[in-house]
Amino acid sequence: MSITEIENEIVEEFSLFDDWMAKYEYLIDIGKSLPLIDAKYKTEDYLIKGCQSQVWLQADFKEGKIVYTADSDAIITKGIISLLVRVMSGHSPEEIMKADLSFIDRIGLKENLSPTRANGLVSMIKQMKLFALALSGKTE
Amino acid sequence: MTTETGTIVNIDLKKIREDFPILKKQVNGKPLIYFDNGATAQKPKAVIEAITKYYSEQNSNIHRGVHTLSREITVEYEHAREKIQKHINARYVHEIIFTKGTTDGINLVAHCFGKLYIQEGDEILLTEMEHHSNIIPWQLLCEEKKAKLKVIPINDKGELILDELDQLISSKTKLIALTHISNTLGTINPVKAIVAKAHRKNIPVLVDGAQAIPHTKVDVRDLDCDFYVFSGHKVFGPTGVGILYGKEKWLNAFPPYQGGGGIIKTVTFEKTEYAESPLKFEAGTPHIEGGIGLAVALDYINEIGLEHIHIYETELLQYATNQLTAIPGLRIIGTAKEKASVISFIVEGIHPFDMGLILDKLGIAVRTGHHCTQPLMQHFGIPGTIRASFAFYNTKEEIDVFTEGIKKAISMLR
Repeated sequence: MSITEIENEIVEEFSLFDDWMAKYEYLIDIGKSLPLIDAKYKTEDYLIKGCQSQVWLQADFKEGKIVYTADSDAIITKGIISLLVRVMSGHSPEEIMKADLSFIDRIGLKENLSPTRANGLVSMIKQMKLFALALSGKTE
Repeated sequence: MTTETGTIVNIDLKKIREDFPILKKQVNGKPLIYFDNGATAQKPKAVIEAITKYYSEQNSNIHRGVHTLSREITVEYEHAREKIQKHINARYVHEIIFTKGTTDGINLVAHCFGKLYIQEGDEILLTEMEHHSNIIPWQLLCEEKKAKLKVIPINDKGELILDELDQLISSKTKLIALTHISNTLGTINPVKAIVAKAHRKNIPVLVDGAQAIPHTKVDVRDLDCDFYVFSGHKVFGPTGVGILYGKEKWLNAFPPYQGGGGIIKTVTFEKTEYAESPLKFEAGTPHIEGGIGLAVALDYINEIGLEHIHIYETELLQYATNQLTAIPGLRIIGTAKEKASVISFIVEGIHPFDMGLILDKLGIAVRTGHHCTQPLMQHFGIPGTIRASFAFYNTKEEIDVFTEGIKKAISMLR
């Protein structure tokens, strides 16, 4: 599936929830359920500092595709991160650089991307794209 | 109304809430509960109207023109300065300097005082509970002058350990800068006693009054502090304006802070002769409607009466403390004996940021994070807190909704 297709899939999933509570409960659930990053990457080197919550991001490049793993100390942030990883991971650097990630707005979570420096998500997306930029044009 | 402790308080909540248009607002479909007064306070109609009136009827530059509008607004601006002088009981009106806010006032003093009196090896004494605004200007000064910062520690209740003060003060100590009320913990510091102690060793004291000014009667002559700084927006006035009070002797000695129009007597390319305080420190066109609006805000709280405000807010604090303490796993950070209406807390196993997001969805505005007091967070070994800070327009009913909101968030996040 392309990035846009995965975004549309998430938007459709979220359309089943009728209020913010259900959306947040879902985010909290996926935030709780999986360890998103290998413990060895939860170090200063992989840390993206937010003003309030922290995000760790790591990227691998395999067969022309980037695979991201990430984590956060705040559970709702972690839920959103897992959506971002689902959308961005496994695509070519070129696709990732072009992704507009409009799904975040479309599922009504835009407030989580406000430029308050609060949760490190905006910086994380920037970092994901920087990885892609650095790897673009490379095949392995 | 009569409070639970039986004190009669003249707080007409219904009328007061009518005075603040924003309190009628719905947020995320819920009535706004505004508990972020420590960050900035809401504005009464009187202040909003004063600003509107300025732009629709009075706009003109002060201290410059001979025309009527300019003369009239100059008189009103200077009248605002007098009201502020009276409000904090300063001796002279020229001891009241309009600034951009608390941070600006601290930077002004750090710059001017530092230039004249700080040398290599000198020491500046702060406290462990300072806001970054009252740390960084001094740190910059110390780096420039190779001077040293020293810190008065706090105990686990969030009170200054004053026994350590004697050892911390040395012959090298040139200034003490401390907050009147902690923005994170609510602790009210014994400023008057600290000033008295410092003055016995001829050390001047700067007090950061950003959090104190909306809650308590500030009397700078009684405190005897050398400098007192605060912001307009935290005391129900406009943003972008603040006050630096400085004792005349310091302000006379200080060089100008910034160069610009309005601070001079005569200018030639060889030399400029400066005006006296306060104009010496007010380069450029000031925040005219800000200064006027600030005086209106002070009139407003004086009409209610700071003593009534204090009693009512103490009642709110007590009520909220009791409600919150009953929630399992919740720990209040900052339990000083002398405390303003600020409650910081953490809940075991829950990130403050997650709690803040859910409370926001319930229409409740609180602050989460380190509150620009990272050294204080390090003291308590926590990344941040959730902070509710109350003003006199808040109610016990709102605290009930808040308490239920916390419980709901806990059940979702656990």
